[in-house]
Amino acid sequence: MQGVTPRLALKGITKQFPGCRANDGVDLTLLPGEIHALLGENGAGKSTLVKIIYGILHADEGEVIWDGKPVQVANPAAARALGIGMVFQHFSLFDSLTVAENIALGLDKPGRMAELSQRIVTVSQHYGLPLDPSRPVHSLSVGERQRVEIVRSLLGEPRLLIMDEPTSVLTPQEVDRLFVTLRQLAAEGRTILYISHKLEEIRALCSRATVLRGGRVAAACDPATTSAREMAELMIGSELTAPCRPAAVDALGEALLEVEGLHTTSDDPFATNIRDAHLRVHAGEIVGIAGVAGNGQAELLSALSGEVPLPVSAMVRICGTAAGHMSPRPRRRLGLAFVPEERLGRGAVPEMSLADNALLSGYGSGGLVRRGLVHFRKTRKVAETIIQRFGVAARGHGSQARSLSGGNLQKFIIGREIMQKPKLLIAAQPTWGVDAGAAAAIHQALIDLARSGAAVLVVSQDLDELFALSDRIAVIHNGALSEAVPAAELSVERIGLLMGGIFTQDGETEGAGHVPT
Amino acid sequence: MDETTAILVSMILAATPLLFAALGELVTEKSGVLNLGVEGMMLAGAVTGFAVAASGYSPLLAILAAALAGAAMSAIFALLTLLLLANQVATGLALTMFGIGLSALLGKPFVGIPLEKLPALPLPGLSQIPVLGPLLFQHDAMVYLAFALTLAVHLVLTRTRAGLVIRAVGENHDAAHALGYPVRLIRFGCILFGGALAGLGGAYLSLAYTPMWAQGLTAGRGWIALALVVFATWKPWRVLAGALLFGGFTMAQLHAQGLGIAVPPEFLAMLPYLATVVVLVAISRDATRIRLNAPACIGKLFHPDD
Amino acid sequence: MFRLEPRPHPSTLALLASPLLAILLTLLAGMALFAALGFDPLKTLAAYFVAPIDSGDGLAELTVKATPLLLCAIGLALGFRANIWNIGAEGQLIMGAVAGSGVALFLRPENGAAWVLPAMFIAGALGGMAWASIPAVLKLRFNASEILTSLMLTYVADLFLRWLVNGPWRDPDGFNFPQSQMFEADAVIPPLIQGTRLGFGFLLAVVIALGGWFLLARTFVGFQIKVIGLTTAAAGYAGFNKSRITWMSLLLSGALAGIAGLNEVAGPIGQLTPSISPGYGFTAIIVAFLGRLHPFGILLASLLLALTYLGGETAQISLGLPVAVTSVFQGMLLFFLLACEVLVRYRLKLRRH
Repeated sequence: MQGVTPRLALKGITKQFPGCRANDGVDLTLLPGEIHALLGENGAGKSTLVKIIYGILHADEGEVIWDGKPVQVANPAAARALGIGMVFQHFSLFDSLTVAENIALGLDKPGRMAELSQRIVTVSQHYGLPLDPSRPVHSLSVGERQRVEIVRSLLGEPRLLIMDEPTSVLTPQEVDRLFVTLRQLAAEGRTILYISHKLEEIRALCSRATVLRGGRVAAACDPATTSAREMAELMIGSELTAPCRPAAVDALGEALLEVEGLHTTSDDPFATNIRDAHLRVHAGEIVGIAGVAGNGQAELLSALSGEVPLPVSAMVRICGTAAGHMSPRPRRRLGLAFVPEERLGRGAVPEMSLADNALLSGYGSGGLVRRGLVHFRKTRKVAETIIQRFGVAARGHGSQARSLSGGNLQKFIIGREIMQKPKLLIAAQPTWGVDAGAAAAIHQALIDLARSGAAVLVVSQDLDELFALSDRIAVIHNGALSEAVPAAELSVERIGLLMGGIFTQDGETEGAGHVPT
Repeated sequence: MDETTAILVSMILAATPLLFAALGELVTEKSGVLNLGVEGMMLAGAVTGFAVAASGYSPLLAILAAALAGAAMSAIFALLTLLLLANQVATGLALTMFGIGLSALLGKPFVGIPLEKLPALPLPGLSQIPVLGPLLFQHDAMVYLAFALTLAVHLVLTRTRAGLVIRAVGENHDAAHALGYPVRLIRFGCILFGGALAGLGGAYLSLAYTPMWAQGLTAGRGWIALALVVFATWKPWRVLAGALLFGGFTMAQLHAQGLGIAVPPEFLAMLPYLATVVVLVAISRDATRIRLNAPACIGKLFHPDD
Repeated sequence: MFRLEPRPHPSTLALLASPLLAILLTLLAGMALFAALGFDPLKTLAAYFVAPIDSGDGLAELTVKATPLLLCAIGLALGFRANIWNIGAEGQLIMGAVAGSGVALFLRPENGAAWVLPAMFIAGALGGMAWASIPAVLKLRFNASEILTSLMLTYVADLFLRWLVNGPWRDPDGFNFPQSQMFEADAVIPPLIQGTRLGFGFLLAVVIALGGWFLLARTFVGFQIKVIGLTTAAAGYAGFNKSRITWMSLLLSGALAGIAGLNEVAGPIGQLTPSISPGYGFTAIIVAFLGRLHPFGILLASLLLALTYLGGETAQISLGLPVAVTSVFQGMLLFFLLACEVLVRYRLKLRRH
């Protein structure tokens, strides 16, 4: 590749935030027509680097060289003018507006609506991501919403397209379709910067990879010749240990959670209602529910936790007692504990101390509340115990919840729930946005809890996590819950089909094990 | 003009101040801001307009001054909520209380002073049409302005890019910010627009409707306008319908005697307020409708660097 | 240019200093206002804030004015902490006064009985509670904003009062003035210390303030209120009963406002008139914020705002200052308070560009 001017070259990029150095002397070279992976853990500096390229942030030191000439990317509009497009992990979409209106808002020169709608249809079909311009965005699935984001970027004729964790919200089949599109774009001479931590995908898609760790470039490698394990070790910087999992349980205990014919309704026009769901979770086992976000997980979880009471009590039984009509308080008395998806703002009150947050779900036990009065000394003690036992990095029980990092807060919340000695623990996205060390600790805690006789239900978008934890796995799609099948009998392929809504056997054509083609 | 037409005309006149204030607040809310200070801004416009007119200046100048006064009041709200990140509900309340007090203070010298009503401007040709003529085309300039604004707000919000951007900012301010739109600047503009229109609504009361100045002239119309915006599910034409309906209620007291209804005047005066409560309840029950139409970010704090 | 940077935790210094800073700024703005109106700024300031309380009588008068503010503000603060915005305290105050007056006017035992006053107090509380229960029901069953409903009902209450004193309850011997008969001696609150106007009401208000502090700081109900106000989704997660807390806070603030109203008519005024309150229910909102929604702060704030009322009256008599200045002062105070509030959660930094 001698003599080819790099599309983009970053030299010595440094960015300092109060309290942390997000990028430290980062060099990066991107060639025309290549798909380049940017790897790293949460907090390694990938987002910061990419925001600097796109003009959202400005580097403290270093150079950005575009097509051989140094440039100053002042803001996203300037980036787009240069030919840099970006598809963010968190979409910038407006639910109540149409696809065309959403795209128009993201373009610098949208032109007239009629022409724009036509262009949307043409471009989206050309790249295999068809869109109907007149549909309101709230009616689209998550995969379709991503298409809106991608088409919006493509209409700007980008020569460098940055994609930030694009596949975290896609089924395996949708991932395949995306990869076809990306290869088509690369063949046209465009460069793709692909941020991800999904190692198998990177190995299938990307020709080169740069690994960031702690704000610095830890390594550059060729994904084709590097194993996933080697790349993971480059990301973490140390040896990986798989969570310790004893052999699967042969004799199952009694069913501590029984869901029969669960139906939910909602005032919210954007909600996905659950239709006729059946599920059993027994003592000693971990059941996982896979599914792309937006398929009814939130509604299912609220029905199980009691935040949205059900009209028919027998739809949900906890430890044998009909609990569908109960609110969270009586369900906890039956032995339920719940770790919600939103840490700050639901699982914990950001402005309150850890001691107060220990009280948030623990008030029913441990003598924290007696005769209407709060025993603050006890809440402080409980918080301290959680901090020590679960290795939470916090200054003490008085620290505010929002001052903790994501991983540490999650450890605190899971610790708080486990310390209540629940018979049934439900965890939603337990390691989303959590660093690998904390994630491993959390997985171990869940496994230990199940082995001690509790029933554990994990709802997650992360298939790797589910396969690492679950004895049985079910899939949720559009409000329907599939049967829970032993994990050993499931292939990623089959799960992908289930996540896409195909619940019958015909979907399974390829053999076990799925690698993106 | 026969009895029915007279009643309908009085409904239109009573509706006008509500229409101004509610349209202004609708635009403000569409951009995601809840400004509860409408009552205070209306009073500021009322006292300013009256003071300028009573001091001998032209009605046009009085009207402009009223709009400016309303906008100036709303600018205080904008400064506190957009820049200093103050709680929108509390700031709106503060604006109302401040507006009530300030207008009472500034209006003291003008209490009891008589003023000539705004002249009616019959539209040539149109005002001669039987029935519709006296009903629609023999009003003063401000009434025409109110109707024109209803159409303008509807067109701008639904057909122009500016309107699209405003709706986007109110729907998801984080996404709008990520796309590079100056969220605070857009909201600032919408707040000022709301303030100016509230000022015009107040001015209508003191320059054309009564015309006079007295402490607390608006008697809660600012609050009714707020309820109207919810009732209209943030759509300008429904605001017009709602304003006419409420115009009718405020008129009940006046016409009841003529129609021979023997209810104590205080109870008739309660009608607009009770009607507001009823209407609010009726529309709020339909949570689905509200979710679909309300700007999703309304009242939420926006901090670009968070 | 400046930019605002979020603080890792709220600054305690700013928490205590921001109300003081706001007061200082209000005084400065007030002096500018006096000057603009043609009065000597310092002399007027003294007449406004110092003169009214430089005597024992003045201090007693201060507590008289502070009582309704304190009573209303405690109830409002508990609600505001839970994000429940009762703006209709003025209307609840009126209805409490009406209910209590009803007892005073129509329950006249042959020889004065000791139970008349307590009965009036209970009636006042119930009247205010009943009026506040309307926005509560509308919010819980129909999701209607309590801000708008409670406010509309204030206008209704005011008109109702006017009808009563102009119509059925008008004193037949009152020369056609809109007012009720004077209450009998046993229906009037006796002063706490003879010869002053220091009333039992103030004592009651202080006790209630203490109770409010205890509720918020030490009880589980107080914890629930705080969580509901800070993060409503967490309250749902914890299984707190938001409806019950909504009821409780609206009824409690209604009851307290009703007692405040009754205290006014059975104390200083002695009869039911069309204007029993110069906006105490609204000023109480400012008191609640100035006191940072904390009962002790509210106690101090109520005294300060009572002073603005007294000062307005005193300055009008001694200097001819228009009494409307009081509401301008109060509005400005709330503005400055809200503005200074930002320093608690954010730091002011210079932009480096």
